[in-house]
Amino acid sequence: MSDVTATPAAASAPQPRTAKPGRRALARFTSNRLAVFGLIVLVFFLLFCFLGPLFYQTDQVHTNLAEASLRPGERGHLLGTDDVGYDVLGRLMIAGQTSIIIGLAAGVLATLIGSFWGAIAGYVGGWVDSVMMRIVDAGIAIPATFLLLIISTIARPSVPLMIVVIGLVSWLVPARLVRAESISLKSREYVLAIRAMGGTHSRAITRHIIPNSVGTIIVNATFQVADAILLVAYISFLGMGVQKPATDWGAMLTSGISYTYAGAWWLILPAGFCIVLIVVAFNCIGDGLRDYFDVKGRLK
Amino acid sequence: MSSETTPAREPVLDITDLTVDFHTDNGVIPAVKGISLTLYPGEVLALVGESGSGKSVTSMAVLRLLPGTAKVGGTIRFAGKDLATLSEAKMNGVRGKDIAMVFQEPMTALNPTMRIGDQITEVLLNHDICPKDRAWERAVELLGRVGIPEPERRAKGYPHELSGGQRQRVVIAIALACNPRIIIADEPTTALDVTVQAEILDLIRGLAAESNTAFLLVTHNMGVVADVADRVAVMFRGNLVEEGPAERVLLAPEADYSRRLLDAVPKLPEAAWSEIAGIEEGVPGQVLQLDGALSITESAPIDGAVSVSDAEFARAHGTDSALELIDATVQYTRKGSTFTALDAVSLTIARGEIVGLVGESGSGKSTLGRAALGLAPLAGGTVNIFGQPVRDRALLNRRERQARARVGVIFQDPGSSLDPRMTIADCIAEPLVVHGWQGKRASSALRRKRVAELLDAVELPRDFADRYPHELSGGQRQRVGLARSIALEPGLIIADEPTSALDVSVQASVLAVLRELQERYGFACLFISHDLAVVHDIAHRVAVMYRGGIVEEGLSSDVLVRPQHEYSKRLLASAPSPDPVEQARRRAARAVLAESVA
Repeated sequence: MSDVTATPAAASAPQPRTAKPGRRALARFTSNRLAVFGLIVLVFFLLFCFLGPLFYQTDQVHTNLAEASLRPGERGHLLGTDDVGYDVLGRLMIAGQTSIIIGLAAGVLATLIGSFWGAIAGYVGGWVDSVMMRIVDAGIAIPATFLLLIISTIARPSVPLMIVVIGLVSWLVPARLVRAESISLKSREYVLAIRAMGGTHSRAITRHIIPNSVGTIIVNATFQVADAILLVAYISFLGMGVQKPATDWGAMLTSGISYTYAGAWWLILPAGFCIVLIVVAFNCIGDGLRDYFDVKGRLK
Repeated sequence: MSSETTPAREPVLDITDLTVDFHTDNGVIPAVKGISLTLYPGEVLALVGESGSGKSVTSMAVLRLLPGTAKVGGTIRFAGKDLATLSEAKMNGVRGKDIAMVFQEPMTALNPTMRIGDQITEVLLNHDICPKDRAWERAVELLGRVGIPEPERRAKGYPHELSGGQRQRVVIAIALACNPRIIIADEPTTALDVTVQAEILDLIRGLAAESNTAFLLVTHNMGVVADVADRVAVMFRGNLVEEGPAERVLLAPEADYSRRLLDAVPKLPEAAWSEIAGIEEGVPGQVLQLDGALSITESAPIDGAVSVSDAEFARAHGTDSALELIDATVQYTRKGSTFTALDAVSLTIARGEIVGLVGESGSGKSTLGRAALGLAPLAGGTVNIFGQPVRDRALLNRRERQARARVGVIFQDPGSSLDPRMTIADCIAEPLVVHGWQGKRASSALRRKRVAELLDAVELPRDFADRYPHELSGGQRQRVGLARSIALEPGLIIADEPTSALDVSVQASVLAVLRELQERYGFACLFISHDLAVVHDIAHRVAVMYRGGIVEEGLSSDVLVRPQHEYSKRLLASAPSPDPVEQARRRAARAVLAESVA
């Protein structure tokens, strides 16, 4: 008997310790060119918006009509100034802060709410699941922008308010995705084992179901952030976003649009370019992460 | 056997020095390292080995169905032609026509949206075997030949209307359609229940004898080999270690590895076939629910006597049982229709006793295990663990939660029983985190110490603690599952097919560890398995389940030697034995039993 036990153990035991999972994971992610591009763009924007103002100092609080509507390059304003005299390049940085902060925070908030909602609905099942998912269906039926516009007319829009509101309208998609994961994961034997040993449901959800849905969750989160940045731009473009002197890229577009026909391209093109670029960057990162988490694609 | 006459004949398949290497990102992995085989018309050659031995790769190489990363060397001659030199179009003419394939999973091998008859005529017309107007007729004839009842009607039906065994018959009919010279069958019965497996093997044996078609049977099951094979080729890590007539290899293996492999296969003792098959029919008042105690009084037990007295004691005192099911009923309702998975089943497991639960798929044995774990909704009756009722409830109270600390569980699939995102240490320590250890909260130092102890107990190296489940082999993962189940030193372990996904030699070592732990800790165990020999190996008592009920219960040495119930007899006669002599006896008994049913 001991012979028998020894041989197969020897056959399967000496698998070399797989070296540095972190490094391999990075290699797999960086093999996707677009994802690397997205990551570089994102890092660039973070440096540009958050460190840029330290090096390129401009007054973004007080209007300065003496320097209004300057063309790029005039009097040291690299991208010119707008109709009330704010430096456009400096303003892009400040606006970018707002857009990125709201986008990231709202995306994370939506993902958190959605993940827990979906994980609980899928795990519990039965009528609880039905009720929870009908709430999601009802939420999806109401256009998010419509809700946002109503809320911005009632309350004075501020960054925290916008984060909460956007977070509260965009958790529905992650909820659906995670519910589907949760339903398949709850019948896995390691989840059954937890239930059989008398472990709590919260343990099953937080330690097993959510960690094992992390691929879906993170990939979706990147798309959520991109969507949130677009939504902020959209709301601000309609004039319902953060109020002056604070601004974001969408608000810059609005204030610039009336001068476009006067040839003031620098008021809208840079802001529009930033919005497009960062949304594309997040989507590329999301695609890269999806390939990374997709187990099927792993063995080439 | 036929091997004496084979050299005179021309082989239909001649494999020389076959090598297969897979070129992967991690370098070249050799799967087959130069094997030579010959296959003669009308014979069944079994290619056996454990997972990773290269047996399936060999069979796929014959059909040139390997993925592009595989580099094939050596020659494969089919009736004198070198298959490697054929163009892809010519090769397609060979596949299905001259060499047909039967796959493991009959559920996915058939197209669910096509009528069965059409799936057969498709092959016939593809290879221009017969004119269009004759094709349907031929399809019906083929269905009849593989033993499908009412072939005219069935040909117009769809695959979902058939049982798994019948579907595999249809797959074989499709393989037979063009009168191929060779049929390659890759684990054709592995997905089927033993009684169905026995029928399919009968069919294969019959076809090989009457049609002169050669079968290349790829299998891991020595019992299947003993049942149908004329010759056996044993593979181990890409090498052919032994080849010869089935009887010789099975009874007197020459290679070291074949001997070890055969030793690892659990064997049932010789059953009392004269009694079973010769028994008079319709004994009045056939005891359907034989109690353990009852059968003890009738036959003198030798081993397991201690545990039986435990069982009697438990029954007399009512509460001193590890697990007690009283008229437990489990029903599943789906879209208005109710399915009774467990029908008023009563079973008692005494402390320290291992009870095997056998039966085929759908018999309710897994449901019984789940009910015992409080994971199945009880429609009636009670389930008690150490006297404490267990129910499937959304929220457990403190007492119920504590009761569950006394039960450990081991599941079948080593791939899904451990959370892939947890280290082995976290997996094993999870029960400690949930329940604490020896009345204290389990601190991380305490957990680390206990995990090391448990890894020692299941004979795994301590440094496995920091690894992740995917770095371990199936057998190692199952040991981790075992370590987790005993983490709290429970009084009862529910093991649901713990070894059925493992190779036999790995199974033997996992069972050895389980047995040793049971002796050390003295827990009771409900051991659910479809493999009678494994149950006989490990269990003191055995209960046979059939269609949601227990039809027979008693000492393993009794029930698995002298079964009383008709179904148990059939089950025992269908269980394949690696001993060709015993297997022949079982086949004869099966025929007698089938006759007596008809």
